[in-house]
Amino acid sequence: MEQYSGNPAKAAALVESNQVHRDVYVSQDIYKLEMRHVFNNAWVFVGHESQTPEKGDYFATQIGDQPVIQVRHKADEIHVLYNRCPHKGTKIVIDRQGNTGKFFRCPYHAWSFKTDGCLLAIPLKKGYEGTGLKQTASGNGMKSVGAVKNYRGFIFTRLAQDGISFEDFFGDSLSSIDNMVDRSPEGRLEVVGSPLRYLHHCNWKMLVENQTDTCHPMVAHESSAGTAVKLYEELNLPEGAPKPAAMEIIAPFMSPYEFFEGMGIRTWPNGHGHTGVNHSIHSNYSAIPDYFEAMTKSYGEDKAKAILDENRHNTVYFPNIMVKGPIQQLRVFIPLAADKTIVESYIYRLVGAPDELTARTAMYNRMINASTSIVGHDDLEMYERAQEGLLVDGMEWVNIQRLLEEDENFDEVSVHNGTTERQMRNQFNAWAKFMTYDAAKTETAE
Amino acid sequence: MTVSKDQLIDFIYDEVRMLDEGRYDDWLALWLPDGMYWMPLEYKQEDPINQTSLLYEDMFMLKLRVERLNGVRTFSQKPKSRCHHVIQRPFVDEVNGDRFVTNTSMHYVETRLDEQQLLALTARHDLALVDGTLRIAAKRVDILNSDAAFRNIQLLP
Repeated sequence: MEQYSGNPAKAAALVESNQVHRDVYVSQDIYKLEMRHVFNNAWVFVGHESQTPEKGDYFATQIGDQPVIQVRHKADEIHVLYNRCPHKGTKIVIDRQGNTGKFFRCPYHAWSFKTDGCLLAIPLKKGYEGTGLKQTASGNGMKSVGAVKNYRGFIFTRLAQDGISFEDFFGDSLSSIDNMVDRSPEGRLEVVGSPLRYLHHCNWKMLVENQTDTCHPMVAHESSAGTAVKLYEELNLPEGAPKPAAMEIIAPFMSPYEFFEGMGIRTWPNGHGHTGVNHSIHSNYSAIPDYFEAMTKSYGEDKAKAILDENRHNTVYFPNIMVKGPIQQLRVFIPLAADKTIVESYIYRLVGAPDELTARTAMYNRMINASTSIVGHDDLEMYERAQEGLLVDGMEWVNIQRLLEEDENFDEVSVHNGTTERQMRNQFNAWAKFMTYDAAKTETAE
Repeated sequence: MTVSKDQLIDFIYDEVRMLDEGRYDDWLALWLPDGMYWMPLEYKQEDPINQTSLLYEDMFMLKLRVERLNGVRTFSQKPKSRCHHVIQRPFVDEVNGDRFVTNTSMHYVETRLDEQQLLALTARHDLALVDGTLRIAAKRVDILNSDAAFRNIQLLP
């Protein structure tokens, strides 16, 4: 296998307009470059503000391979700090969430820090007098990430000190988050419980690409969705009898190719995009009593209709999350290694909406995204077979040219046939862009 | 007709043997039509409806699960998984007329290809005596590390 260490330009060259080299999925060198460049330069999802509602509340996660803490410093101020004591490197918190009170205290030597990271106290401080501790990184508290943005409750970070602004990075793609939040009559979401956590032995990008892969559901999920449809037909229920709950969730996966073609895909600059421009597998969910009335009361009938008529399916926010507005779900694809990814699937409650919506979301989550989910089993099998198959030498390219057009311009927003692989190409275009975004700067520094 | 403690305990042993031997039609026949199988995601979770669980399934879903295992195009079961339960003697926690509650600790092993995973878990069974036969009204399976990141769990503990 090729060596890429320290050479992001060589990595970026693995992306061609119609195909990508398998090393982007299997090379650990490339993984390390992704962590240092793509995940450093892009805006990456951290958590939701409702995971840390009170002062001192924290939530520990990772951005790429970097351990970080999301912490509520003030009522209206959330910080993202690296989860490392500046002294010896000890992780400051090890549980996934909790409340640290007014300050963090390292369990090793009791160095303490305010919840914005500032150094608060060091025991026996006189031992450092005259040693120039302040001039070192160790003497300046817990390290902060480069930038933090709270967008309607969703916390994003850019690890790099300098780089693209939040607004330039996401642009109009934020409309999918807007739609999800607007579905609350109060315009507010709250996280519900813990996320599902599902370990895959495959590259993280396979999972992201799958979010807009509309040619796999009727094939890979025939075993689950197809069997569901068959069992339902065998029940021979009388007309109008309520369907089993599973049918509403799973059966649309068996929709024909024409359905997915007509669904449409929209791509935005910087690797973001979504399926379900015109309709989606979420379009025909049954109405929940009292919900529309609550929405109309908040927004007026026209706007309420407009919000609920939007049925976007999967919105990918480059590099590694997917949002489902109509069911208030967010999935994070956390890369642990070239061939190891944890998927965390969160659900949110629409504040002010009936509980039945939360129940449907919880059902969708467990039915589709759990390590015990039959639909999840279908998908994992495909990813892991691909991860192993890609080791074949002499046939080293992965094809992404379905409905490829000449001179595609990813800097403009555009809408296409729902079975195009344009969104996958869009992601790789952004991948190459952010892989080399700081290369010039790094070269100068070296 | 009454049910002895031994009969309740034997029922639990018989159930896991059906699962280990893949006798799913027999297993499905143990359930009452409105039975629910619940596997919480969180430690001591109380609500199966309004928050995420690993599993919360009615008979339609359980039948779907079983039917799928033998599907021609069920690629994640080519080759098939196997499972193995080692159970501790069940506690009979409640006896109320023809309703019973048992609590059983077990080690559950599931394997496929070169991988094998071990789960430590506790199963609570709500059993009912209907027309002289014991049936499952509800089953709750708490995996000791239910909040850990798992790989596939394809069969049923």
